[in-house]
Amino acid sequence: MTITLDSKIPSGPVADAWSTYKSDVKLVAPGNKRKFKVIVVGTGLAGASAAATLAELGYQVDAFTFHDTPRRAHSIAAQGGINAAKNYQGDGDSVYRLFYDTIKGGDFRAREGNVHRLAEVSVNIIDQMVAQGVPFAREYGGLLDNRSFGGAQVSRTFYARGQTGQQLLLGAYQQLARQIGLGNVRLFNRTELVDVVTVEGRCAGIVTRDLMTGDVVSHAAHAVVMATGGYGNVFFLSTNAMACNVTAAWRAHRKGALFANPCYTQIHPTCIPQSDPTQSKLTLMSESLRNDGRVWVPKNPDENRPAAEIPEDERDYILERLYPSYGNLAPRDISSRAAKRSVDSGRGVGPLKNGVYLDFSDAINRLGRHVVAERYGNLFEMYERIAGENPYDMPMRIYPASHYTMGGLWVDYELQTTIPGLYAAGEANFSDHGANRLGASALMQGLADGYFVLPYTIGNYLAPMLNKPIPGTDHPAFKEAEQAARQRFQGYLGIKGTRSPDFFHREVGRIIWDYCGMERTQQGLEKALSELPALYEEFRKDLRVTGDGTSLNQTLEKAGRVDDFFQLGMLMCRDALEREESCGGHFRAEHQTDEGEALRDDDKFAHVAAWEWTGEPTQSVRHTEELTFEAVHLATRSYK
Amino acid sequence: MSNHLKNLKLKIWRQDGPNTAGRFQDYVIDEISDEASFLEMLDVLNERLISDDELPVVFDHDCREGICGTCSLMINGQAHGPERRTATCQLHMRKFKSGDEIVIEPWRASAFPIIKDLMVDRSAFDRIIESGGFITAPTGGAPDANLIPIPKPVADAAMDSAECIGCGACVAACPNGAANLFTAAKINHLNVLPQGQAERYKRVEAMVETMDEYFGSCTNHGECQAACPKEISIDVIALMNKDYRKSKVKNRKELSRG
Repeated sequence: MTITLDSKIPSGPVADAWSTYKSDVKLVAPGNKRKFKVIVVGTGLAGASAAATLAELGYQVDAFTFHDTPRRAHSIAAQGGINAAKNYQGDGDSVYRLFYDTIKGGDFRAREGNVHRLAEVSVNIIDQMVAQGVPFAREYGGLLDNRSFGGAQVSRTFYARGQTGQQLLLGAYQQLARQIGLGNVRLFNRTELVDVVTVEGRCAGIVTRDLMTGDVVSHAAHAVVMATGGYGNVFFLSTNAMACNVTAAWRAHRKGALFANPCYTQIHPTCIPQSDPTQSKLTLMSESLRNDGRVWVPKNPDENRPAAEIPEDERDYILERLYPSYGNLAPRDISSRAAKRSVDSGRGVGPLKNGVYLDFSDAINRLGRHVVAERYGNLFEMYERIAGENPYDMPMRIYPASHYTMGGLWVDYELQTTIPGLYAAGEANFSDHGANRLGASALMQGLADGYFVLPYTIGNYLAPMLNKPIPGTDHPAFKEAEQAARQRFQGYLGIKGTRSPDFFHREVGRIIWDYCGMERTQQGLEKALSELPALYEEFRKDLRVTGDGTSLNQTLEKAGRVDDFFQLGMLMCRDALEREESCGGHFRAEHQTDEGEALRDDDKFAHVAAWEWTGEPTQSVRHTEELTFEAVHLATRSYK
Repeated sequence: MSNHLKNLKLKIWRQDGPNTAGRFQDYVIDEISDEASFLEMLDVLNERLISDDELPVVFDHDCREGICGTCSLMINGQAHGPERRTATCQLHMRKFKSGDEIVIEPWRASAFPIIKDLMVDRSAFDRIIESGGFITAPTGGAPDANLIPIPKPVADAAMDSAECIGCGACVAACPNGAANLFTAAKINHLNVLPQGQAERYKRVEAMVETMDEYFGSCTNHGECQAACPKEISIDVIALMNKDYRKSKVKNRKELSRG
């Protein structure tokens, strides 16, 4: 199959692309909007904001979430903040700077046009969220406060204590709730997508499974939006919520949507290290802590004194030493690898020697305990609850963990996947962060896509479909998909093996973390690609799901998700193997500078890798979209 | 350093579905690290139940960092267990000791019907928000965010209320099954802000009356505040009541101006 990946960026200077697009885009008249049905899957920042806005415009919207209520989506757990090029601090920020920082932070592997638009609409997001009542932090004069974040030399991050994601999600959820109350959105909660249906090459709708009853049901629509988050849980231990999964995106992929850059995963530098083998997830400590915390390890690997007793000259402040101009605010991938190298060299701290210190004693001495408490109080409490140590008295221990996935469904400028009528927004798409995402940019992208991009671009697709019939749920394609889904879930129940889905999830996660985690090698990836299919075979023979498929069964839900993680995991390893360079979060040990930094190969790899499903997880076909840089110059990323 | 707890006796509520009778069932956890979280302890139990070919215990949970509000257990009669300001998912086994008996139940409230085992249906909360828990601000027309300065104490007060995670512990802890703390927190978040003034009285009237359709009445026990993992103060209930009383006059006045 020949696939041309056309990004559809309007011609002309990148700074004008979005206004050019908006001037040319086809519109649907207000009275005609109600003739179109749009399905939105997922109710996080991207999904809730898209569903609410599309409903405000007049479209009929059906929104789906596997949670009990839209407000549970994992966007809620983002702590630190949201970037916007407001330049309220007058410190030299601009749309161009945010655009440039994002491209550079992504190690020049993102598409210029999409990123510029993101930076442009970032300012509207803050206006919108304030109008909705999001209680962002303020100065005493009543104006909005900002903080700085990794990868930027300006203060452009807006925040609401350490709960920015929560407050933004509640804002978007409230807008969605208003539309539900008005009858403009139908909400399907505790309902999971199990397949995407295409008819004559267009997306015709979705098939879902009611988690309470096991009923498999079809839903037809003119267009479908996937706002289903990332796939970081493929690692088993990650900062993602327990239910986060790749199933919706993966099922779309299997129906023809190309999956882009799956090997671009982000390892967040500041998580609480694993303490126990039964642990089910890792907890992130906001990157904003690095504004005032200093990262260090003892110089001596055999050090066993408590942190406070180790003299200054026996400490190695690794980030300040290696990256003097950004110091403790070096970007995430760089900071993570610095921590990993310290632990690998035996200088890790804590009972399992699996972390580095994040020390606030200087900040407490300089600012006073109350200022530190004001900024980070809730994070300190959370740390103490989990680790059992008080960070006012002892430095935190942190270590990198899987946190975010930059890869995702391939989309063009309109956020449309390679299946016409199927869109992907937020973390589920691949478009804006290249090979590494900057802190406080995920919330920005989710809301940009949902509030300010999709409502324009979907109209452009729908306008020509006015008054034309679309396939209904009685179409054979829906019946086939329903049948396949029922068989799939019946299949998991029928194996009657000996191991739980969690057992297999833990095992897949271990392989992916070991060989496709923070550092990758050809040898390791090849090993993973031989171990994974064998383990997958075992999964298909030895899985045990107790209970039935006609009532609530969390083990069965999990089985379907782990199945898809297996398939995705193989694709991740293949993608990582084929990309013979290091960039951002993708670090191939064979490709590094003398100082151990990522070494890109722009001649061969300044492109997006987008994978086509062929029926066998190990046989996917790689397509490429060349990345062209007009507004920025390709440069070696340096944070020294 | 981690220690191990031995011989924990769990009494867990098992119920097959919304319309079937439930019962307590006993389980013993022989050994668990005190570094484990409470839900990880249940994960361990569930793994064992699956390997014994039994049905694992159903419970709601997701972020496991105390912010999504999905988890919901009565532990020894206390909503979210013995540690203050803590959701169940952040409760760690170091709060227990070897040999303890731990009784685990779902939220008990008529507005939260049991779905299965420890999982309940809290969608009545969504109905309250849908009735008025928002500021009408359609996408696109917002003025510059710094146009209206908001005094820091006001923004902070709004944030104190907005911290609510919607878990329902307040309802579960209330002897009347009232949702006044949840409803009042949301109302107060929006009603103290300048942006929230236009709909202030319409909001409070709609939300309070929707709440009354589903939940019991508040008689000032204060159990909600003690159970709240965000320690939201019952002061917000007083503020809600004040605005609700006013709403009966204000809304009528506005209507009569018509």
